[in-house]
Amino acid sequence: MLTAFFENYNYYVVIILMMTGLYVVFSSRNLIKKLSGLSVFQTSVFLLYITIGKVEGGQPPIVSENHASNDSSVMVAGGGEAAIGHAGQMSDVLYSNPLPHVLILTAIVVGVATLAIGLALTVRIRETYGTIEEDELAMLDYTYNLEGTDA
Amino acid sequence: MNPHLLLRVVSKFLIPLIALYAFYVQFHGDFGPGGGFQAGVILAASIILYALIFGLKEAKRAVPPSFVRILMTIGVLVYGGTGVVTWLLGGEFLNYGVLNHHDPAHGQHWGILAIELGVLITVASVMVAIFYAFGSRQPDLSDEDW
Amino acid sequence: MSLISFFPDWMLTHGAAFLVVVPLIAGAIAAILPKRQIAAALTVAVSFICMLTSLLLVLQIIDGQTINYALGGWDAPHGIAYVVDGLNAPILFLISAIGFLVSVYGMPTIIAEVEPKKRAPFYAAFLICLAGLLGMVVTGDAFNVFVFLEVSSISTYSLVAMGASRDRRALTAAYNYLIMGSIGATFFVIGLGFLYMETGTLNMADMAVILREMEGGSRVSEIAFGFIIVGLGLKLAMFPLHTWLPGAYAHSPSMVTVFLASTATKAALYLLLRFVFTIFDVSFNYVFDVEIYLLAGLGMVGMILGSLQAIFQTDIRRVLAYSSVAQVGYMLLGVGLGTAAGLTAGYLHLMNHAVIKGALFMALGAFWYRYGITRVTDFNGLSKSMPWTMGAFTLGGLSLIGVPFTAGFTSKFRLVEAAFLKGWWWAVAIIVVSSVLAIIYIGRLLLAAYFQSPPEVNGHVVAKNEAPLLMLIPMWFLVLLSIAIGINADIMVDLAEGAASVLLPISAGATP
Repeated sequence: MLTAFFENYNYYVVIILMMTGLYVVFSSRNLIKKLSGLSVFQTSVFLLYITIGKVEGGQPPIVSENHASNDSSVMVAGGGEAAIGHAGQMSDVLYSNPLPHVLILTAIVVGVATLAIGLALTVRIRETYGTIEEDELAMLDYTYNLEGTDA
Repeated sequence: MNPHLLLRVVSKFLIPLIALYAFYVQFHGDFGPGGGFQAGVILAASIILYALIFGLKEAKRAVPPSFVRILMTIGVLVYGGTGVVTWLLGGEFLNYGVLNHHDPAHGQHWGILAIELGVLITVASVMVAIFYAFGSRQPDLSDEDW
Repeated sequence: MSLISFFPDWMLTHGAAFLVVVPLIAGAIAAILPKRQIAAALTVAVSFICMLTSLLLVLQIIDGQTINYALGGWDAPHGIAYVVDGLNAPILFLISAIGFLVSVYGMPTIIAEVEPKKRAPFYAAFLICLAGLLGMVVTGDAFNVFVFLEVSSISTYSLVAMGASRDRRALTAAYNYLIMGSIGATFFVIGLGFLYMETGTLNMADMAVILREMEGGSRVSEIAFGFIIVGLGLKLAMFPLHTWLPGAYAHSPSMVTVFLASTATKAALYLLLRFVFTIFDVSFNYVFDVEIYLLAGLGMVGMILGSLQAIFQTDIRRVLAYSSVAQVGYMLLGVGLGTAAGLTAGYLHLMNHAVIKGALFMALGAFWYRYGITRVTDFNGLSKSMPWTMGAFTLGGLSLIGVPFTAGFTSKFRLVEAAFLKGWWWAVAIIVVSSVLAIIYIGRLLLAAYFQSPPEVNGHVVAKNEAPLLMLIPMWFLVLLSIAIGINADIMVDLAEGAASVLLPISAGATP
């Protein structure tokens, strides 16, 4: 039981983070807190992907020996032959799978962009409405709606 | 005495080093961990540190916002332009192999350098632009009123 | 195909990548252009080029071929491949054609709705959004889908928020869209992670082969499927996950509303089709259950509840937004039927709805442009003040209801037919009920427009004030197109059947 837990502890961390983030997004009524929840939620996915990339006993996927000549024709565990027009040279070192890391780099950038847009919107909302509490925003919009929306 | 004196002196030492490290990460990305994304963020960090220590106004004098905006586009154009060049040379989009007639492997090297340069420019300028955008908003409470 | 010979040879091989790269680069350039006019011209030109390119792609695949484009020269299972087949080529054409019409339509509205300093960036965001939508449809790599999904979503958030100078609620709408959209995209990427764990590949075709070899795979792929369905469901506004949609449609600039309503949910629906039918397969138990109970079930619930909510809205854009939720239900029902006839009907409805809703939202934008109309009660006498626009709105509304000789009728009729063939008579009943509800919410607007007199301002009846030609021409083009589809839908049906045969390869050509 306990060994099963410790063998898979990274997945538990992922699940806890994921649920925490999602809960914060849904439960908080403050726009900034929601965004931080969203960030935690997205971070859990980064962790999930990094977990996928781990190969038991694998080295970091950096070609150290003889890199100048054949670094574009290396076999990596879980990945494929990465060269075209080159005779692939099978390496006897076991590497971790770099692909999930590359993927998650993209996802991190996406997360940063989302967060930046979200914060920018929050700033604009604060400037326009004077509050970032969702309940107050709903009240303000409700009265705004009653008064008419003609620009 | 200026309370920020120590910070200013230390950061004057640090900022060039940070920028230099960014370029190390950028150009060593061929052989080790690194690349345009990381280098871009580090480079942007050096500019943001400058803005934090010396004030936004000084930073905007050193790296003007209009310049940053143009850099964002230039970065994308470097990236896309590399693809267009590979098209013109008869390969698929971003097939760097065609960049060198004799040895496709060299073409791959050149291609990835150009691409990563585009990424570096875009990431660094976008980071700085985001910082400027948030930093330039007028707060309705001044620092003393907190 | 003689039409193909008009295109340069180079485009025949590189068209798939060209379609995505051009708007992406143009978007970056538009961001720093000093003048709105240049940016607008660039947008129109680029979207026109995209439209031609995607037309070429449609012509290339129409006889059942598949185009594979290996990006960067890396071959398919390892590199990113762009794949164009009968399923996605019509959607590509739909997106880029709507993009072109919208960018023409947007030229007058942008001046009225967006602050001067933000107009060039607005076009930049629009072009990037176009590139993202085209990219997520054209790509054959599952992770690339996520990247383009986010490219289009993030630019959409900012596009929606730019409605703030017209209506400050655009900001909160954009914020809600951002939260929901990001959760959806993150769910999608979690699903992809599990799918990658199970199959060890990101190429869609490769995934499909491996999953079929495993006969559906273990519980990991079941979980992956669940996450992907929820993620895409959020993006395509599947019934209980649609809460972001009315706000985003109601408060964004007119041009963005038209574009979103006609393309964004359609691209997400395409992805749903791709994942449910080609990557996974309905022969897997869990996929079958989801298809029958979740997609068809929620589709029908959405049809009724979406239409009901549309009836009780006071904001006209919200009326049509909730109607969109209901229409997505029709498409999901077609998907849920799972037969070739059902898929053909669903796919046809997807394209028809894009045309109809595009026309309707264009008309609403024109009403706002001239009279600042946003409410149902403001419709009084509009047929006298803006006869041409109201005419377009009327024909579009009839098409939405499904009156014979309109596009809406063709696809609804096929859907009813497909449901009968499957023996789902209760689905037929629900389609009829939902159409009756559509008569109520559209009829309410038409009654006010035709049988009420225009309001008086200072004792004078408001003057007739027709929308500018740049808005009328794209609007009427879509309206006439929807009538043309209603009279003769052969081309559309051919395309839809081609798509259905990609989804269900066994029963290809066996459509009744």
